[in-house]
Order: sequence, then structure tokens, then C-alpha cells
Amino acid sequence: MNTRLLFCLALFGFGSPVHAELSASIEKLRAVDREGKGNAAATAAWADIVKSEAAALTTILGGMNGANPLAENWLRTAAGVVAEKSAAGAGLPVESLVTFLQDTKNAAAPRVLAFDLIRKSKPEMSEKLAMSLLGDPSSELRRYPVSKLLEEGDAALAGKNTDAAAVSFEKALVAARDEDQIKSAAKKLRDLGKTVDLPRHFGFLMKWHLIAPFTNVERKGFEVVFPPEKEVNLTASHPGKGGDAKWVEFTSKDDYGMIDFNKPFTMLKEVTGYAFTEFDAAEERSAEIRIGCKNGWKVWLNGELLFARDEYHRGMKLDQYKLPVRLKKGANRLLVKCCQNEQTENWTVEWQFQMRICDATGTAIAGAK
Amino acid sequence: MITLPHTRPLPLLVAFLAPFILHPSSFSADWLQFRGPNGGGVSTEAKAAGPQLKVAWSVSLPGRGLSSPIVVGDKVFVTCASGPEQHSLHVFCFDAKSGKTEWERVMRASGRTMTQLKTNVAAPTPCSDGERVFAQYSSNDLFAFDLDGNLQWLRGLTYDYANASNSLGMAQSLSVVGGTLIVQSENDSESFAAGLDVTTGVNRWKIDRPKAANWTTALHLDTGGTKPVVALQSSKGILGIEPSTGREVWNYADGASTIPSSAMGGGILYAASHGITALRPEGSSVSQLWRNEKLNPGTASPVIIGDAIYVLNNAGVLIRASTKNGDEAWKLRLKGPFSGSPVAAGKFIYIAGERGDFQVVDTTAKDGEVVCTVELKETILSTPAISNGAVFIRSDGTLWKLN
Repeated sequence: MNTRLLFCLALFGFGSPVHAELSASIEKLRAVDREGKGNAAATAAWADIVKSEAAALTTILGGMNGANPLAENWLRTAAGVVAEKSAAGAGLPVESLVTFLQDTKNAAAPRVLAFDLIRKSKPEMSEKLAMSLLGDPSSELRRYPVSKLLEEGDAALAGKNTDAAAVSFEKALVAARDEDQIKSAAKKLRDLGKTVDLPRHFGFLMKWHLIAPFTNVERKGFEVVFPPEKEVNLTASHPGKGGDAKWVEFTSKDDYGMIDFNKPFTMLKEVTGYAFTEFDAAEERSAEIRIGCKNGWKVWLNGELLFARDEYHRGMKLDQYKLPVRLKKGANRLLVKCCQNEQTENWTVEWQFQMRICDATGTAIAGAK
Repeated sequence: MITLPHTRPLPLLVAFLAPFILHPSSFSADWLQFRGPNGGGVSTEAKAAGPQLKVAWSVSLPGRGLSSPIVVGDKVFVTCASGPEQHSLHVFCFDAKSGKTEWERVMRASGRTMTQLKTNVAAPTPCSDGERVFAQYSSNDLFAFDLDGNLQWLRGLTYDYANASNSLGMAQSLSVVGGTLIVQSENDSESFAAGLDVTTGVNRWKIDRPKAANWTTALHLDTGGTKPVVALQSSKGILGIEPSTGREVWNYADGASTIPSSAMGGGILYAASHGITALRPEGSSVSQLWRNEKLNPGTASPVIIGDAIYVLNNAGVLIRASTKNGDEAWKLRLKGPFSGSPVAAGKFIYIAGERGDFQVVDTTAKDGEVVCTVELKETILSTPAISNGAVFIRSDGTLWKLN
């Protein structure tokens, strides 16, 4: 049992038979795992948990700390039922929900749920609370205060107070972690003549070495181990498709860090390219490598394959794939394989990816160099 | 009082009742899955929805959805997804008579929520076995509730199988046969279909499927045989499987559509393949009866009423053709475009256009006739459900009951 859950159980009077039963039921939900493992036991445990009184709500929320996404959903729905019953009866335990929300050692998911419950029960209180969440570890909880800042900036602009507007928009941009709010704040600042460094805000990796073209005829190159997968030697050239493949330096000028193989190598089809860079971490730490790509791709960090995806031209977006990693202190070597397929429609010309390094909230991690 | 003839009364009674005894869904008012009974889109209840429909009630929904409502008894179930990334997954249960919310459950997507803009995360239609309601989303999250909203089990199929996703969005709907829930996650990468135990959600079987994006839904083939067969459609063709084991029964390998599903009628499978291809599954083989490449369903799946098949093409033209040979009888232009599929009760076809025009077509009129249009004034991309003489249809923001 994790320490956060123990703490919550202690608050709730852990030790009594009723609470021991609740604890046991929560543990059954936390034990669910892939392919339906633990579902049968969880069904009965869930039915027990939803009989709980309102006072148990924060204990149930605490059970979500450190839980996998499946267990989170079991506990989320149980908390929802208990909250619904409580709201219709004696009311929600708003004070303990506020305490839970404000304790940032709790995980983001149950804190978001706590905030939603407070908002439904006490909308005015939630509005006041929300303004204190501008720098919250949860990107979701930042949305409301960021949106208020954008509104304040708009109001200042309408009153022709451009300095005040710029201050609001700047604060909004610094706090925003979701793409729509970042785009909005950046545009408003640029309209006011301010400089915005979006790649730095997002943490995009802009400087790479690229090599291409290797073959991807019949999409078979995706599984072929070409020389860069064995060793990255930036001075070497290798036999490629239609001639030698050589490394070239490439620096993205794109706001969203696009690394476009078409630029140095022209619009080729049925080809494979590689991109290599190093990221210098100030310390060993947890991080997320987030990639957007509509081609077939693989990513290695320090020689370890993180993920491989063989889907072509079905769409691309920021943070399309989130890969939790452990960065080592100093240079971390990143290798990306990017495969282009045979399709000839005009919406299949892209041969590119974007990658950023951030924490789980989406806050950019700056390189040490 | 009705007096039965003295001679051979029992056989006559049995003969009269046989179709309803053999097919428990007959005359049932339940609409348990995408396109209702056996996925055919045709109501089997005695109380048919009429031609002149009006809004009985409407309720607002807090999120987007392309899924159809389903109806179990007096409960209507609808799914939707909300939030900036459509991470919040909702299941609603409404009272069919009043539209009052009976319960709502909100979960969080564990899989990818990226979709093309026109579709959304709540695209697959839920289904029910009469005891439970099963709800799946494009994120590959799957939940089973009892009819009172008690969570029975859940799965995160992309959490289980990390490359099972489609960046355009997935929309294959669930179906349940016997005690097996048929789940499809057919995409360009980790493509599969699985049969899950309805009581625990654990895999009974899992088979690889063609690595190609697919939005069609499994069809339960009611061929009158003792063993049920489910048809899985893909770009490669149509695979008949045993729903309890996933074992192949027959394989039609001449290609099929990946958007409209096929339809079944009178033991014949009208496959969305090269237009429409009529197939007769028998034992371990399937034989072709006819093919009409001009009967080209667009996004909508066809429906069978009696001896006619109705196909809605991408130009918004409803075509009636013979189920015996595929010959066209008439064409009727409707107010489209259409993303949802037509459904039918009695002689009427019900369909909603994307611009919100809900239309009722009398199929017995010469050349067909639109006999009623209800302007719902919202974008509608979904397929209606029919139950207890009423029609249910939803948009991104509203669920309506029409009767």
C-alpha cells in the first residue's frame, strides 16, 4: 500500500473494521491490471465502496494516487457515485475536498476530480480556488486561471490598455500547458508586437543531424536494421536508395519544431530516414519524450528502443505520443527513425516529426547546454 | 373468445408462433446495439413508429458523440466525450418516457483521444445484452455497467495493446452474441478483434485482423442454423467466425468496404463489397448470388425490408433494389449529406441528414416518398434508434425522442 493512501486512511480513522474493509476494497481496485486481470474481484469491491458515506470520499480519491489508469477509473466512478449520493443527501465534504485539492503531493487525476466536485457543490468557492492554481502541477487545473487571464487581457485590450493586456497575456503564456491556450496567448502577444519563443516554451528539440534515404519499398524498411541503428557515426556515409546516404545538419525554424526530411532530401517516396541529436540533462530525472508524427517511426533513447509505430498518414498533432523516460545526467542520445510510404495523394507528402522533452505536466525541460 | 379449429390446433398455433419463439428478439422493443436487432437496422417490434413524428422531449448532452442511443426496456443509454482533449468519457442513462437522467458515469480515457475533426471519441455505439450496457470509445476504453449504473468491469485496450489505435479515430461498434462481447480494434498497426466474457471482460479469444483502418461493425448472421455466426468485415473481405471461439467458419476474400457495414435478410448476406454483393453462407462456404456495382453505399449501411434492399449513396440518393437480383426499382434524393445510416420500422425508413433534417421515407409509395421532415437544426452525424414506437436520435449537444 502506498504512503499517500496510508495517510488518507489514517485521516479517515484507519483501524476501525469499517475502514479496514474500505481499505481492502480500495486495494482490490488498485490491483486491476491489463487484459481484465482483477476485474472479477473489483466488481464486488466497487459495490462495497459505493456504499460509503461522504466522509470516505477523500480516502477513495487518495486511492487513486499511484494507481494505474484502469484502477483510476474504477476509483473515479466509485467516487462519483459516493459524491452523487452525498450531494443529494447531507452534502459533500467540501472542506476535506479543498484540503485534498491543495495538497499537491496528491496525484493530478484525483485532484482534478476533487476540484470538479467542489465546483459542482460550491461554484463561487471553486472560482476563488481556481485562481490559486495558475502554477499547479496539473495542466488541467491550470486551464481555468489561464482562461481568466486571457479574458482579463482581452478586457484590457478593449479598454486600449495594451500594457496591462500584454502583462495578462504574458502570465497566461507562462502558465499555459495546453496547445490551444498557448496558441491563443502567443498570437495575442505577437499581435501586440511582443516576441514569443514557442520552441523554448514547448521544449522542442530543434537541432538534429539527419541521414537519408534508405529504402522503405513495400513498407519493409520499417523493420530493417539500417546502419544508423547499429552505430551513429556522423562522418560516415552508407549505401542508400538510389545513392549514398549521408548525414547533414538540420536546424528547425518552425514554431512547432518540425523536423522535415523533405527539406534536405526532397520529396521522396518509399524511403527511410534517421535523425540524431543529444539532449544534455542537468540531472538524472524522470521526463516525457513527446512526439508528433504521421509517418512510421521508432525512437531510441541512449540505445534503448522506446516505441515503434507503423501507421502512415492518419494525422499528426502535438504530443500525439507521450513516452515516459528516465534521463541520465549529461548527454542523452536520441535517435529517430522516420519512414515514408508509397502513397501519392497530396496529403501524404509529409515526411517529418516533432519532438519535445518535458515533465509530466508538459513543462519544458531546458537542456543544460 | 377465439375458438381454434378442432383439427390439428397445436401445430397451427406452433406454426403461427414459431418465428417469434425461434427469434427471441422478435417484437421486442429493445434496440440493443448499432442498427438494432442483429445490426440490421430494422425494428422487429409490433408497435411501429409511424410516419408523422414530433419531438416528444430533448435533453442536452455535455460532450460530443457520433454513437447511436440504445434502448433497454424503458432506459435509453447514450455516450459522449467532453474536455479539450475529449478525455472525459460519459455514459448516460435516461428514462425513455420523460428524458429524465437516471444516472451518469464519467471516466477518463486511458488510450489516445486524437481523432479527425469530424468524428470524435464517442463514436462507437454501446450495446447491451439486456442485463448490462457495454460502452466503448475511440480511445479503446471499454466499460460494462449493469442497468442501474453499477460498474461491472472495464478494459483499456490501448493500455493492453499499445499500438491498437487509429489517429483518425475509431468507430467500430460493439455487439454481443451469447455470453461473448465482440470487440474490434482494427487499424493500420496492432489490429485485432476479440471476444470478451460479458461477466468479467476477460478475453475468451483474440485474433489478428488485417492491418488497415476499419470502421465497420460486426454483424450477427441469423441464418437459422444452430450455431451463431458473426461476420467481421474489412478491406480484405468478410470473415465468418464462431462468436464464442473466434474460429473461422468461412471466408469471403474478395474485398469489402471499410466504412459502411453489410446487412442480413432471409439468410442472405448483402455485403458492402464492390457495390452490393449478395452472398449465401452455408456451412463452411459462402456462395455469390449476384452483384450490383452501381449499388454503392456511401457512408451509410444498407437496410433490408422484405424483398428490397435500400442503399444510400454518397450523393444522398436512396436507391431501392431487389434482394433477388439487385435490380434497381427507384431512386429518391434526400436532404443530405449523410454520415449516419438509415433504420426502418414497417414500411418506413428513418434517417437524419448532417444538416439536421430528420426524414421519414414511405418505401411503399411509387418511387418512394419523404412523408415527414423534422428540422432538428443541429449537425447530426449519427444513426437513429427505434423503440416502443419512438425514434431516438442524437447530435453533439442533444438527444431527442421523436414519436
